[in-house]
Amino acid sequence: MAVSLREMRARIKSVQATKQITRAMELIAASRIIKARSRAQAAAPYARELTRAVSAVATYSNVDHPLTTEPQDPKRAAVLIVTSDRGLAGAYSSSVIREAERLREKLRGDGRDVDLYVSGRKGVSYYTFRQQALVESWTGFSDAPTYDAAREIADALIAAFTSDESEEASVDEVHVVYTRFKSMLVQEPTAVRLLPLEVVEGESRPEADEVLPLYEFEPSAADVLDALLPRYVQSRIFFCLLQASASELAARQRAMKSATDNAEELIKKYTQDANQARQAGITQEISEIVGGVNALADANAGSE
Amino acid sequence: MAETALRVELVAADRVVWSGDANIVVARTVEGDVGILANHAPMLAVLAQGTVEVTTTENESWVAVVDSGFLSVAGNRVSILSEHAQMSHEIDLEKAKSDLERARSAGEDDSEAADAVALAQAKIRAVEKAS
Repeated sequence: MAVSLREMRARIKSVQATKQITRAMELIAASRIIKARSRAQAAAPYARELTRAVSAVATYSNVDHPLTTEPQDPKRAAVLIVTSDRGLAGAYSSSVIREAERLREKLRGDGRDVDLYVSGRKGVSYYTFRQQALVESWTGFSDAPTYDAAREIADALIAAFTSDESEEASVDEVHVVYTRFKSMLVQEPTAVRLLPLEVVEGESRPEADEVLPLYEFEPSAADVLDALLPRYVQSRIFFCLLQASASELAARQRAMKSATDNAEELIKKYTQDANQARQAGITQEISEIVGGVNALADANAGSE
Repeated sequence: MAETALRVELVAADRVVWSGDANIVVARTVEGDVGILANHAPMLAVLAQGTVEVTTTENESWVAVVDSGFLSVAGNRVSILSEHAQMSHEIDLEKAKSDLERARSAGEDDSEAADAVALAQAKIRAVEKAS
């Protein structure tokens, strides 16, 4: 046996320590997921009511708004990529980035320039390492996004969307790439077009057969729309951030679970190897003793 | 059939602050205060920073502070949407007062400071109304 018993024991110990850490991280992620999901649920009523209001305005007034008008000839698109701040979450960040790259290729194929907006440290380091310019980036909230963070992002994107053609950062459409939380086991990187807005979509839309009432607007339909739509965008982005954070935690929990399982496997293998080494040592000792005794006996027999 | 109660939901961006049945809702829109009773016509209004007063069906009343948001009334359902909403009992009066002082000293022409002044005043008003 090449490796000594002592070395084997040291290895087992270190793998055991690793296992404890990954196990702890798994449990932490698991408990945070519950929180993240309840946050997502708590945010749902706001999104639902907002969607109802927006669809009411959109249905019962013929007001055009810059945020809903399709540009004639889109030349520039902004892509917001929602990644995580921390690693150890399996392929979570890389699969979002892969999806984003696919979207970018597609947009480029359609003859549009792409501006990148990134949230999450992992995405930022991915693009800075490849020396690709980011228009703006946000970090520090990926596992517990606040509404204020969503508002900051939304304001930047809306500003880029509504600014004049002549300006540097002006874009004609805005896409978001995030990870949709389908279940604890399935999270799917998804790309959606955020701007120009297509009202009534998403999970909390009102039923199709629901009759929308004829509204009075105060001060006026245009003003109400003016105030509503940016909020609608904010709420959509908030929704994306919440979904992404739940997905990140689920991915981390899964990654840490398989790390723990692997550590267990390794410990089992190392223990077997250690036992073999120990047994080999014992066998060798016994054969040495027996050999020694035999040699002594032979020597004694010869002298008598 | 005329119903006598309104179903009210006060919703902040990240939680439902209050939901229940009420008789009267008074809120401040950008055009001025509106009072809403049951069977009000459908309405969608932009709220100004200020207080929302609700009298529940049990004849209790509560006050909340909202920053700008929306009020939508439809079919005896009132939803009040605001990014940040706080019930009066959640407000720290001392903190609101010191916020007011700080915002006032920041200057009058600063629009952010003016917003902060309005919010702090609304908070203080809400607490005073509730007590």
